[in-house]
Amino acid sequence: MSNSTYTVIFYLFAALTVGSAAFVVLTRNVIYSAFSLLFTFFGVAALYVFLSADFLAVTQVVVYVGGILVLLLFGVMFTNSIMIPGQKSEVSNLFFGALLLLGVTGGMLYTFSASPGWKISGKTLQGSIVELVGFETMSHYALPFEMVSILLLAALIGAAFLARFDNKGNS
Amino acid sequence: MDQLTTIGLNHYLTISALLLGFGLFAVMTRKNAIVVLMGVELILNAANINFLAFSKFNGGMQGVMFALFVIVIAAAGAAIALAIIINIYKIFKSVDVSSIDSLKE
Repeated sequence: MSNSTYTVIFYLFAALTVGSAAFVVLTRNVIYSAFSLLFTFFGVAALYVFLSADFLAVTQVVVYVGGILVLLLFGVMFTNSIMIPGQKSEVSNLFFGALLLLGVTGGMLYTFSASPGWKISGKTLQGSIVELVGFETMSHYALPFEMVSILLLAALIGAAFLARFDNKGNS
Repeated sequence: MDQLTTIGLNHYLTISALLLGFGLFAVMTRKNAIVVLMGVELILNAANINFLAFSKFNGGMQGVMFALFVIVIAAAGAAIALAIIINIYKIFKSVDVSSIDSLKE
C-alpha cells in the first residue's frame, strides 16, 4: 500500500474513533451513546490492525461488539423507560468534568509535543502475530492465562447469580 | 508536514489521550450508571491502544499479551457491573448514581 493511502485511511479511522467517542459522552440520549460506542469499538479495532495486532482486532470485534456492547444495550433497555420519547440522562459536575477533560488531554498532548521524541527500536512488529500470540500464551503467559480463565468463569457465575430472578420476591 | 504524514507513535498516543479524556469526562459528569460504565470501557480501550502502540514500536510481545488480558478483565468487569446495576434498579427503581445513597433497603 502506498504511503499516502495508508496515511489517509489512518486519519479516517482516527477521526471515526475520536468523533464517535466524543458523541458517546456528549449526547444526552443513552441509546445514542450505546450505538455510537459501536463505531468507537470498530474504529479502535481498525487501529489495532494498523498496529499489526490482527488477532487483537478480531478479539476486539468479537468481545466488545458481540459481548460487552450487547450487555450494555440489555442494561439500557432493562433500566430505562426508552418508550418515552425525549428521555434524557442527567448531567452533573459539568464544569469539573470539562476541566478534567481539558487538563488531562491537554497536559498529555503538551507532553508529547514538548518531548524530544521516542527512541524507537529497530525491529518493529510486522505481519501477522497470531502464531506469536499462541507461543507466548502457552509459554511465558501460561499461568496468567489459566488465572484469567478462572477469573472469567467466577465472574460470569457471579453475574448470573447476582442478576437472577428472585422467585420469592415481588420483582 | 512530515510529522503529520508519517504515522508514528505520537499519533496513537494522541488518539489514546483523547479517548482517556472522554472516558474520564463520562465517568465524572454522567448520572446514568450505564453511561459511567461506557466511560470505563473507553478508558480501557485507550490503555489498550497505548499497550499495542508501544508493543509495535518496541518489537516485543509483552504489550500485545497485556492488551489481551485487559480485554478479558474488561468483559468480566462489564458482566459484573451490569448485574449490580440491574439489582440496583430492582431496589431503587433508578440507575441515577447520585440518588443511590442508602445501604439498606
